[in-house]
Amino acid sequence: MVDRHVKYLFPLPALIVMGIIVVFPVGYNLVLSLHRWNLASGGTLSFIGLQNYASLLHDERFWNSLRVTALFTVGALGGQVVMGTALALFFHREFKGKALVKAIFLFPIAATPVAVSLIWAMMYNYDLGIINHVFTTLGLPRLLWLAGPRSVIPALIITDVWQWTPLIMLIVLAGLESLPGDPFESARVDGASGFQTLIYLTLPMVRPSIIVAAMIRSIDAIKTFDLIYVMTQGGPNIASENLNIYIFQKGFSYFRMGEASTLAVVLFTLVLVFNIVLAMLRNAGANQL
Amino acid sequence: MNTSMQRVKHSAKAALFYAGVVLISIIPLFVFAWMVMTALKTQMENLAVPPRLIFHPTMDNFRDVLMGRSFGKYLINSFIVAATAVGVSLIVGLPAAYAIARYRLQKIGLALLVARMVPFISYLIPWFIVFRMLHLVDSYAALVITHLIIALPYVIWIMINFFENVPVSIEESARIDGASYLQAFLYVILPIVRNGVFTASVLAFIFSWNQFLFSLILSGRNTMTVPVAVFQFISYDQINWGGLAAAATVITLPPLVLTLFIQKYIIRGLTSGAVKE
Repeated sequence: MVDRHVKYLFPLPALIVMGIIVVFPVGYNLVLSLHRWNLASGGTLSFIGLQNYASLLHDERFWNSLRVTALFTVGALGGQVVMGTALALFFHREFKGKALVKAIFLFPIAATPVAVSLIWAMMYNYDLGIINHVFTTLGLPRLLWLAGPRSVIPALIITDVWQWTPLIMLIVLAGLESLPGDPFESARVDGASGFQTLIYLTLPMVRPSIIVAAMIRSIDAIKTFDLIYVMTQGGPNIASENLNIYIFQKGFSYFRMGEASTLAVVLFTLVLVFNIVLAMLRNAGANQL
Repeated sequence: MNTSMQRVKHSAKAALFYAGVVLISIIPLFVFAWMVMTALKTQMENLAVPPRLIFHPTMDNFRDVLMGRSFGKYLINSFIVAATAVGVSLIVGLPAAYAIARYRLQKIGLALLVARMVPFISYLIPWFIVFRMLHLVDSYAALVITHLIIALPYVIWIMINFFENVPVSIEESARIDGASYLQAFLYVILPIVRNGVFTASVLAFIFSWNQFLFSLILSGRNTMTVPVAVFQFISYDQINWGGLAAAATVITLPPLVLTLFIQKYIIRGLTSGAVKE
């Protein structure tokens, strides 16, 4: 009987707070997506059903933002997972200074994204940036980086990969360190080569960690805002305008709250679907083993 | 003969490995080094072509940033908002996390994970409309409420993970000794998970400190936080690289220093919530 105190009373304050700060806005966001409302012109809220959703089909800027979101997410997440896993495998051994290396790899993760983006924007500067300077020194051509419609997404991906590869690396490394030693011992006894051990043993065993790392990272990569807003604000023109930046412009430059809410619902759906797919991948792997 | 050959081969391999370690470690460090170097250069040196690696360091940029343009006030704003959001998150989040872990209330845990997938902008649009109506834009209340959206679920997730490792028998024996549930929780359970509480607090503080989107819209002249302040400097003083880099250095320093204290638990902290179903 008294037990119920803990079970129901302890979570109560948090549930109330979450209800107010999380559930209310999500519900209001859904309701808004069914309305036309221009906050700037002082217009009133008018119910228009699914019209906002239907008009997305002809909204070229929406399709552009989806394309940018997809390119950025696939490029950044792919780069981070491959490089993070490779680095984790490289560092997976006992050596002096391992703790220091791990500490260094925490810095990009913890650093304020606005600050990091600002410094990268300086490094990408066409005339004065260190990156073009290194390129000319090596005999390579100067690139426009953030200023070029073709180079802007790769440039943003490079910065994102720089900032978040360490997270994947540290998660996968933690996964590697928690693997049992026995299978590796038997593989060694059976005369498996290092490469065979890696492909048939290490990678399959550490796969859950890799997928968890990818899930955590994908949630934020699809919604990337700070990095792009600080470095390009979606430019040049709309070449780097991902869905989140487009929503921001709709909502806080044009104050079209209904349309912005509709786009936000689409963005949430994207994140959710992507994560369900990753969770299924993880569970499928778990059943195989 | 043969063994000494092997030893040479072995140490050559070790040297190669360490060379790799150093080269790889330079990549994350370089950007921070460049930030600090840019902050220590004069405007003239920052505009020099090619960029200079050797220069006379000056503290002028740091002095200008810290003295001028109410940057101190922005630092205090960031601190107030982050500390309040963390404090509230601990007060309501710790008991919730304990109950979730103790009674396996996994549906709540899953709901928290879904809450994290909701884009911040989905929270921002409704809250902006409400705060605008209540004339609360540019108030600490608006910032703390929105920063709680990030801090509270995180505190709960991290703590579920830590509470799950506390045996139920500990609570039971405290109860037998005559403690109430609240007393058992506060004086027996919480001290056991103090590392977790510390990790959760530091991580939530960093997330709030680094938060940009909510603060960009909801803060104003009086409550501006440091990431927004730095962003405003960019649009208004684009070419003053030294000043910008000094401001960037100052705002990045607290999160970097703080992570060093929770190094041991940080990966566990960042992955909790996603590891379990």
